[in-house]
Amino acid sequence: MLSFIARRVGLLIPTFFGITLLTFALIRLIPGDPVEVMMGERRVDPEMHAQAMERLGLNKPLYVQYGNYIAQLAHGDLGQSLRTRESVWSEFTSLFPATLELSIAALIFAGVLGLLAGVIAALKRGSLFDHGVMGISLAGYSMPIFWWGLILIMFFSVTLGWTPVSGRIDLLYDIPPKTGFMLIDTLFTEDEGAWMDALRHLILPAIVLGTIPLAVIARMTRSSMLEVLREDYIRTARAKGLSPRRVVFVHGLRNALIPVLTVFGLQVGTLLAGAVLTETIFSWPGVGKWLIEAIGARDYPVVQNGILLIACLIILVNFVVDILYGLANPRIRHQR
Amino acid sequence: MTTQAQPVAADQSLLYPSPLKEFWKAFARNKGAVAGLMFMIVVVFCALFAPWVAPFDPSEQFRDALLTPPSWAEGGQLQYLLGTDELGRDLLSRLIHGARLSLLIGLSSVVMSLIPGIFMGLIAGFFPRILGPSIMRLMDIMLALPSLLLAVAIVAILGAGLINTVIAIAVVSLPSYVRLTRAAVMGELNRDYVTAAKLAGASLPRLMFVTVLPNCLAPLIVQATLSFSSAILDAAALGFLGLGVQPPTPEWGTMLASARDYIERAWWVVSLPGLTILLSVLAINLMGDGLRDALDPKLKNAI
Amino acid sequence: MSLLEIKNLSVRFGDANAVPVVDGLDLTVERGEVLAIVGESGSGKSVTMMALMGLVDAPGIVRADALRFDGHDMLSLSKRQRRQVVGKDLAMIFQDPMTALNPSYTVGFQIEEVLRAHLGLSGRAARARALELLQKVEIPAAASRLDAYPHQLSGGMSQRVAIAMAIAAEPKLLIADEPTTALDVTIQAQIMELLLALQKDQDMGLILITHDLAVVAETAQRVCVMYAGQAVEVGHVPQLFDAPAHPYSEALLAAIPEHSEGAERLSTLPGIVPGRYDRPHGCLLSPRCPYVQENCRQHRPALDPKAQSLARCFYPRNQEVA
Repeated sequence: MLSFIARRVGLLIPTFFGITLLTFALIRLIPGDPVEVMMGERRVDPEMHAQAMERLGLNKPLYVQYGNYIAQLAHGDLGQSLRTRESVWSEFTSLFPATLELSIAALIFAGVLGLLAGVIAALKRGSLFDHGVMGISLAGYSMPIFWWGLILIMFFSVTLGWTPVSGRIDLLYDIPPKTGFMLIDTLFTEDEGAWMDALRHLILPAIVLGTIPLAVIARMTRSSMLEVLREDYIRTARAKGLSPRRVVFVHGLRNALIPVLTVFGLQVGTLLAGAVLTETIFSWPGVGKWLIEAIGARDYPVVQNGILLIACLIILVNFVVDILYGLANPRIRHQR
Repeated sequence: MTTQAQPVAADQSLLYPSPLKEFWKAFARNKGAVAGLMFMIVVVFCALFAPWVAPFDPSEQFRDALLTPPSWAEGGQLQYLLGTDELGRDLLSRLIHGARLSLLIGLSSVVMSLIPGIFMGLIAGFFPRILGPSIMRLMDIMLALPSLLLAVAIVAILGAGLINTVIAIAVVSLPSYVRLTRAAVMGELNRDYVTAAKLAGASLPRLMFVTVLPNCLAPLIVQATLSFSSAILDAAALGFLGLGVQPPTPEWGTMLASARDYIERAWWVVSLPGLTILLSVLAINLMGDGLRDALDPKLKNAI
Repeated sequence: MSLLEIKNLSVRFGDANAVPVVDGLDLTVERGEVLAIVGESGSGKSVTMMALMGLVDAPGIVRADALRFDGHDMLSLSKRQRRQVVGKDLAMIFQDPMTALNPSYTVGFQIEEVLRAHLGLSGRAARARALELLQKVEIPAAASRLDAYPHQLSGGMSQRVAIAMAIAAEPKLLIADEPTTALDVTIQAQIMELLLALQKDQDMGLILITHDLAVVAETAQRVCVMYAGQAVEVGHVPQLFDAPAHPYSEALLAAIPEHSEGAERLSTLPGIVPGRYDRPHGCLLSPRCPYVQENCRQHRPALDPKAQSLARCFYPRNQEVA
């Protein structure tokens, strides 16, 4: 197990550097004058231009610039947003909990429903339920989620009026951000109805964001379950006279879950990509919306380091999932 | 040996059909795949003959028919079969021309990433000591980001528009082809027929393209189909975010971006473009599933 | 009353018109007896036993005139009642031990499961008994093996664990489906010895499915030869080996390499086992039988008593009793 972890950590470092290289290169590729790009201003006069070039180190060779970039990152300096003049890092940390809350809600929705649907579909293979699950999940990952969000809004918010159209919580409430999680913070206030309101705001975005992971998890669970049920050790379990429930849930599910776990983890990447779209539709104040707005406003420090932060996050999560997978699989757990 | 009771001899040609016939039989067994194929044929037809199939020009604005509901709804008119948008443009015509765009984007991005992808995968497989791992590291880094974010980043740099959308999507799909090709190549390199070809004096290019590559095609074909459908989705997403194809070009996703303001008043401007995206992607995915089922068992039975 | 009585068992996959994988099989096994079932791959030997254990799933259809085990009418038992017999009085071990154990649970867990389900043992009592069982199947360092995972065991040890699980509830009949085929030659002998020792020790009936005639000669009292889903000869081992009545049994014995010493080619039967589309109208062996007559091609013989065994043949061989 140790060598497994060591190898994974070993992979982490070059990948991290690779990402920094990518984001570094990305900004250098923007057409136009680099000073104007980095400062967000047009037609800087020649003297200020030269000063800025000196200050920003733009006249030095590329590898030196890259070195400076890494040094800055190491010091935690991720630059300032051109629009708000706030540090990129503080903006990210203040907005991230919103995205996290949304993602967790979406994952819970997708995981619980997906596992259940997948297991039942596998057990009732060929039945109407099975075909239904397969059909719906195929539609699920074939559909553009921004459209799906609009349709749900049209139906539930506009026509039925059950859920609000946008935001995290009604403007009436002023919730002090203790943890950043609206569902938790509202519990601390005395405003009655605040928690319910937060929940109502959360439901639709979570469903929209979780739709694709739901489809993928349901499919994966079903096929994994079907494969496992064909294995010899299931036959042995039945030959031992064990009850069908035990055979399926103790012997079958335990092994079927292992590949599902990896898929689960990989969905984090999908979630973050989906968050970009979902947050835009629902005006959910998270890092996805922040990034898109920055791109539209040419706020390049935010674009560059925002992407860096999100990428690092994804790599970290994939790393954790990898380790968890190793723990769950006895064969890997026992490798020296 | 004395004569024995002969079983009824089956027609030999039926026992061993040609590979194409066999493939079609396996593919046709999947009804969903066939339905997908039918739908895509319609879409391709619309795309190819859009100027003649569409009733109106997609950018023609009918000022006196703004936001007309579809013909079957109240207030609808028969000539605007699916209604009109906020600028009075016929929705059906825009959707048909949008098919052209989506298929163009899908096709060009697949081709643009498939060819370099296969090439790089072949190299990675044939030179596993240094070149291979470096290529794979690069691909891993690219895969570390979800495809939409990477595409957004690329478009952020290059600027919005159709061509940059295609480039972004092509770059983003590249790693999967490289990985697939490399895995398939490494699997085949251990086989006896490759050793035999080497002994017979095959040159490296010949080994790569004539000996090994044809046997790696099956998973690549399936992946290409799936990339095609995600290209359509990604292009629509970029269009929706305002980073892809710009209005007034009738790309399905871009149409949805401007439709956002009309959720309450004109449901058809919101539902219909998205529905076409859904149906097209669904059709391609069904075909991809059918392809995989038809090609995989063949792969298993092949020597 | 016999321990196991099977009359006219047939198993089909598909509808009632599908070709049977097991066709009208009759079999009996007495208490404490060792019966071997031999035949080529595809002769239906495994499916027969799986049908008995209730392990044949849809689209398989199991039909029989009688399927009696230890007084139970297996055909009329409810699923729950059958589960109380299977794994307890009637147990089975399979061919590939490396895949027969669940990779995610320890050996101890998988043995204790049986003890809990059938004997009501739990906790320390179950663990102690599991340890005893491992020692009984001669696994070295049994105590540490209890917490081992299947991938940490070799093929031979995995099969021993499988045997331990099967005998945990002291079954009256153990079915061993080619238990040594997937193992090394040196281990094969050890496992067979173990099985026989356990059989004698617990006075178990043992059905040994195998294609290895040498093993049959050494271990079994009676043997049933199967071909294309039918039992073609059933008899006592010494007599059948000495003077096989059915041409197929004769061919099987002749094909043993030791019987061809000095010859240039091994003796074989031309042709192959009938498949789905070329099942003969008459005797199933008729396309290949060296002694075939016109009668054989038209009618199917029944399994009748011949001189020293039951054989399914109109013109049995070696009928002159020495």
